[in-house]
Amino acid sequence: MNLWQFMLQNHTEVLELTLEHLWLVGISTLLAVLVGIPLGILITRWPALNKPVLGGANIIQTIPSLALFGFLLPAPWIGARADRLAILALALYALLPLIRNTYVGIKGVDRAVVEAGRGMGMTGRQLLFQVELPLALGVIIAGVRVATVISVGLATIAAAIGAGGLGEYIFRGLAMVNNQVILAGAIPAAAMALLADVSLGWLEKRLSPR
Amino acid sequence: MSHPDTRPAIEFRNVSYRLNVQGKEGRELLHDLNLEVQRGETLVLLGRSGSGKTTTLKLINHLLAPTKGELLVDARPTREWDVIRLRRMIGYVIQEVGLFPHFTVERNIGLVPKIENWHADRIAKRVRELLQLVGLDPEISSRYPRELSGGQRQRVGVARALAADPPILLMDEPFGALDPITRAELQREFLALQKRLRKTVVFVTHDLREALLLGTRIALMEDGRLLTIQTPEEFPTCAEPLAAAYTNAFGAISEDP
Repeated sequence: MNLWQFMLQNHTEVLELTLEHLWLVGISTLLAVLVGIPLGILITRWPALNKPVLGGANIIQTIPSLALFGFLLPAPWIGARADRLAILALALYALLPLIRNTYVGIKGVDRAVVEAGRGMGMTGRQLLFQVELPLALGVIIAGVRVATVISVGLATIAAAIGAGGLGEYIFRGLAMVNNQVILAGAIPAAAMALLADVSLGWLEKRLSPR
Repeated sequence: MSHPDTRPAIEFRNVSYRLNVQGKEGRELLHDLNLEVQRGETLVLLGRSGSGKTTTLKLINHLLAPTKGELLVDARPTREWDVIRLRRMIGYVIQEVGLFPHFTVERNIGLVPKIENWHADRIAKRVRELLQLVGLDPEISSRYPRELSGGQRQRVGVARALAADPPILLMDEPFGALDPITRAELQREFLALQKRLRKTVVFVTHDLREALLLGTRIALMEDGRLLTIQTPEEFPTCAEPLAAAYTNAFGAISEDP
């Protein structure tokens, strides 16, 4: 039986796992965006927080993913369900590129432009929302792009703790020593990563100040 | 503004400014400055890079705060001003222009009126008026700064600074990056404009020729200190060695109008 036959025969399961995968990546990235971008903004305003915040996000990034799932297991509420656990872990991994790109993006805005705005009497909030964020948007979206693509790959490991997603096929295929089953998980995951990369890349280009 | 106000628009009283590098005292950029800027005059701060001209300017709109002494704008210490109010009554033009690249010309010029909550119609009218005032075609109001020439950008920068009709204008080498012909053009226009508007202007430059042309008084600075203040007529014969050095350096051209 070749790959296409396998995927056609199991199309409802393939679809289900793909949607599960999307859900894990989508929710975790959204969470990471909601936390990471404000944190990135915060450390441009309070330079003293810069090192601990970026350092912390860096350390999380160095923890092997399986170990991170293990660490989070005893956490109340989170540890009770595999998908909660997976989403939290994925969100934690996505944090670093988001915080860093937000920080770098804002810091990279032309100093003369910011100074002119401040000199004309713009408040900190007006500067942030009308000048700094719009001009940093391209770099911030680049961070979202990196985070999403990493997440799509990492989310396959979530199957190891029973959180579902396309990793199910990969682990099942490994156990069965069946390449077709592995590919039935790997190919849709790769396609998803590519799609996310291309679409967010397009958005990044559109939103970058020319 | 019904009665003429004779108090200086800006007054430095023993103002020093020292850098603060991570809690430690750094270099002193400005030392014990005493200076009065009268209403309606164009005071030029002349000096080399690092002489403290720009620091002096940034103290006026409180982008920097004096570490010693006191600075009065409209007879009120800058420390006591609501800093946002203070800055909105002071126009600010810098060499790199600092136009917002993601705003059209119209939005750039209308920025201060907009954050002052002017009505949209009033802003649009004011923008047209200002474009005309600085000699630009109202056609360009929908363009982005990157689509303009250097001279046009600088004109937009001046228009933006004038938008809310501030009584004080700070100009930090506004024409420094322009080619000589455009610069001469803008200098002439500035003089004509200033004759009509009578703003209190503090103008930073390292170009003696520009200082002589535009200033009602010239303040010569070096190493964070004010050496002397002279009128353009007195300056060429000033005994101060640095003033003489300037006059010599520009000697060949100082006879120009």
